[in-house]
Amino acid sequence: MTIRTEPMTVNVGPQHPSTHGVFRVRITFDGEDIVEVEPVFGYLHRGTEKLAEERNYVQVVTLTDRLDYTSSMINNQAYCLAVEKLLGVEPPPRAKYLRTLTAELQRIASHLIAVGFFVQELGAFGTPLMYGFRSRERILELFEMLCGARITVSYMRPGGVFADAPRDFWPALNRFLDDFAEEFVEMEQLLLENEILMVRTRGVSPIPPEIAINNSVSGPVLRASGVNWDWRKQEPYDAYDQVEFDVPIGSNWDNYDRFWVRFQEVHQSIRIIKQCIAQIEPGPVRLDLPLVLRPEAGREAYGRVEASKGELAFYLVSDGGISPYRCKIRSPSLINLTVIEHLLVGWKLADMIVSLGSIDINMGEVDR
Amino acid sequence: MALRAVSGEDLAAAVNQEFPGAVVDFDEVSAWVRPTRINAVAGFLKDSPDHDFQFLNSVSAVDYVEYFDLVYHLTSLKQQSSAVFKARIFGRDNLRAPSVYSVWRGADFQEREIWDLMGIHFEGHPNMKRIMLWEGFEGHPLRKDFL
Repeated sequence: MTIRTEPMTVNVGPQHPSTHGVFRVRITFDGEDIVEVEPVFGYLHRGTEKLAEERNYVQVVTLTDRLDYTSSMINNQAYCLAVEKLLGVEPPPRAKYLRTLTAELQRIASHLIAVGFFVQELGAFGTPLMYGFRSRERILELFEMLCGARITVSYMRPGGVFADAPRDFWPALNRFLDDFAEEFVEMEQLLLENEILMVRTRGVSPIPPEIAINNSVSGPVLRASGVNWDWRKQEPYDAYDQVEFDVPIGSNWDNYDRFWVRFQEVHQSIRIIKQCIAQIEPGPVRLDLPLVLRPEAGREAYGRVEASKGELAFYLVSDGGISPYRCKIRSPSLINLTVIEHLLVGWKLADMIVSLGSIDINMGEVDR
Repeated sequence: MALRAVSGEDLAAAVNQEFPGAVVDFDEVSAWVRPTRINAVAGFLKDSPDHDFQFLNSVSAVDYVEYFDLVYHLTSLKQQSSAVFKARIFGRDNLRAPSVYSVWRGADFQEREIWDLMGIHFEGHPNMKRIMLWEGFEGHPLRKDFL
């Protein structure tokens, strides 16, 4: 017997606890099936691009911290690379290694949150998330040693980093790596082949590679769709051409693969960090640039990095003044959400929040 | 294994061969196309096997007061290359440009954002409304004359 159902529109968010911030999405259901999806943005819009036009080049670094606040180091890096491209300068080698190292630590912290919340949204309340937060806390403490801040770091500067790492940073980093090796294995054993998790996520909401590419999806979501594309490999910046690492690729394109790819990327990040520690040599950490930068008028630069969420880029245009004439932020979280319609329509209500969690958005970056 | 950047000159030559007169100008990194031809040029750059720019990195708009520049950053995953093309739109009121939504779905939110914050209306976009601000908001805040 079939029961006649009427479509019903439900608002999810902007205060829903599982939407990673203030994301709102209007979903039309037919019974349990999703038939229409309309994302609504803007609840955290602070006009970062306009603010950047009012500050000088170095001050804008502080604005980038507040984009994706779970990976501020990587945001700093993307912006600084763009400014360096604009000026035509390159930071000293030690600064490059410090940046690579902190960016990878940040990637681990961000992925730990991503997988923690993903599992939380499957109903494993608290425990796996706290496993991730336990290690993330250690990373934030390391950042505190570097620059005095945990989240809004502003550690990097155009032309290098703010200051060299203090002497006791290195033993602390090694202690963290030793402990994390154990902690992460524990987390992997708990989650990676968890039967309930696999039943709930295997085969759910696959994104075929051609759809992912056409939707400009990037980062772990693109790689989970089987596309071997990582900007750290394709266009090596900072010290990424000096280190070896692999790019994990998904084969089923589904929610589980997006989860799995993040776990594998953490392993690669640890590999990169260890190589950075082995290769880094003493030297200056910042170029001697003037405090107020004035890039040549008419120049423009597109500086991009592989952030924890995908391709993060700053498109800067200079008019010869002390602040960017235009500072466009290509945010991976916003553009990855383009695929949301494909991700949700035709799937069940119960998988909705999980699929949303699998693309790992951050509202600070979506709304800017 | 760095990406090969297609120079503005090469891009202009290729586009001009396919659509004579579509290119207005070029410099080292980018080529300017006629705003009316954005969609045709986009489709050509995406589908022709020589270029194969399947991936649209970003769509940006820059306000130069007398005119606006639309900037399209493209990447070809197969050819391992990147290119930039632009379109210059003169004026300040009732600005319109063809949408590339049908070519690259990834342009969806970015074109809506340009309409919202810069005030360039994209024709052919199925859901052309404000994205960050609410309907009824007056003006386009990223314009240079919005204070």
